[in-house]
Amino acid sequence: MPQDSGLRDVAIVGVGATPYYRRGESTGKSITQLAGEAILAACSDAGLSVGQIDGFAYYSGAGAGYGDKMESADFMETLGIPEIRFSASLTNGGGGSAGAIGLARAAIVAGDASVVVTVMALQQQKQRLGTVIAAKPVNPISSFLQPSGLAGPGHLMSVLARRHMHQYGTTRDAFAEIAISTRQNALNRPKAIQKTPLTREEYFSGRMIAEPLCVYDFCLETEGAVAVITTSVDRARDLRQKPVPVVAVAHGGTRDWGRAFSWYGMPDDTFTSSGHKPIAGHLYKQSGITPQDIDVALIYDHFTPMVLMQLEDYGFCDKGDGGPFVESGAIRYSPRRKPGTVAVNPHGGQLSEAYVIGMTQIVEGVEQMRGTAINQVADAEFALCTGGPASLPVSGLILGRDR
Amino acid sequence: MSAARLATALPSHIVRIAMDTVTEPFWQAAKQRQLVVPKCGDCGTFRLPPTPFCPECQSTSVDWPQLSGRATVYSFAVVHGYPGLPELTLVPAVVELPDAPGARLVTNVIGVEPENVRIGMELTVDFHPITDGWLLPVFRVAADADAEKE
Repeated sequence: MPQDSGLRDVAIVGVGATPYYRRGESTGKSITQLAGEAILAACSDAGLSVGQIDGFAYYSGAGAGYGDKMESADFMETLGIPEIRFSASLTNGGGGSAGAIGLARAAIVAGDASVVVTVMALQQQKQRLGTVIAAKPVNPISSFLQPSGLAGPGHLMSVLARRHMHQYGTTRDAFAEIAISTRQNALNRPKAIQKTPLTREEYFSGRMIAEPLCVYDFCLETEGAVAVITTSVDRARDLRQKPVPVVAVAHGGTRDWGRAFSWYGMPDDTFTSSGHKPIAGHLYKQSGITPQDIDVALIYDHFTPMVLMQLEDYGFCDKGDGGPFVESGAIRYSPRRKPGTVAVNPHGGQLSEAYVIGMTQIVEGVEQMRGTAINQVADAEFALCTGGPASLPVSGLILGRDR
Repeated sequence: MSAARLATALPSHIVRIAMDTVTEPFWQAAKQRQLVVPKCGDCGTFRLPPTPFCPECQSTSVDWPQLSGRATVYSFAVVHGYPGLPELTLVPAVVELPDAPGARLVTNVIGVEPENVRIGMELTVDFHPITDGWLLPVFRVAADADAEKE
């Protein structure tokens, strides 16, 4: 069994979620209601009363999807939380999802708060993910991007994918394998939005949205909420569930990535990356483990090529070898992990289960470490969860099995 | 070849831009059908988009040399449809400017069959009318533009 030298001072003790809805199907519920349902479910999972929550650690600037906001005061008033001692968010967008658990940890280790919630809720009736760039009011900097017609994040990342194909010979077969294998993982999941197999024929006849990417390279545009509760590892041992310790967590990134595909000024090697390499370095240093020790990888899959580039940045294969690596079947789920492989998104990911801006990756990481996942990797010791390749900060999280 | 297959820019009436004192010289030059890029007045580093400080030396001094208008495709997408305009075909491209090394512009390649666009392809600037009388720098395939001149 690999030993780590990681943090293990806080643990995730509760996870909760609403049903997952297709775009428009949660109409009639407010963001506060969806988030509240998820928070209550997480409390119930943990064996905590909602009144014991005393902190909120958000990401995405506490934004709920595209234009809506979450407010701790709304949750306190609505759910009956008597006092909070921490309410903060990571900046920018979905890049911070995994890192928000580090923000929760900061509050707990500093002694500011003891039971900290991270929550994301989104609805897409007012603004859908797919055209979010085109819909933004223009400003002096975005005037150098928006007129090009790159209408959404997938459009922006298609330009990175093209360059990766040019530089390394990556083909659409690799993106197809990511879409198809992720779909396969969703088939037996009751809450998954997509539960019919995706064939190669369907993939290659899929509507091209932003070549080289087709509709199956894009994540789902779903609605719903997910909440996660973090507390100290000592307190965690008194609660209902087996604690899931945080072994390593980091957010940030380097200037070479910066605003990434809102800027496109990255040097060659960084242009064809996910921006996660510095995060990977911090996580492996913090934990003392290597990519070979990761049993299951919950990779933020908003767009298939960014899964491939994260696999490279986290060291599951060499830079530029992401295509052959995934095409070898190395990311397919198997109950028994084989050397040189890693199950990627056995929960069906954001491509096939549901997109809640990175939160479903954390839930799956927790279930894998508890040993209760639907597509469990036997005896999994370490799970990697990543935040979205996006403008900085990007982030990552290694969860461990409690010892 | 039918003209419908050629990539265009977004329709003029839907393209809006905003500017501040730092970015305005780019747009004023474009209005005169000139392509300019900010160059640090102290260390000579080019940058795009125009920003208040040189990221290499933090200087606020900036020159705006006029460029030749030549560019090469660094990467690109072929986009099918835009909100409200499902039939549109666009080739949004990230281009490098040989006479402003280090600066990349996000633009469109127009007047080209999308399947013929390649990374490394040489382009030359053109200007596309947008709202409020401004012009947007876009690019055509250099060989095509040369042939038109002859």
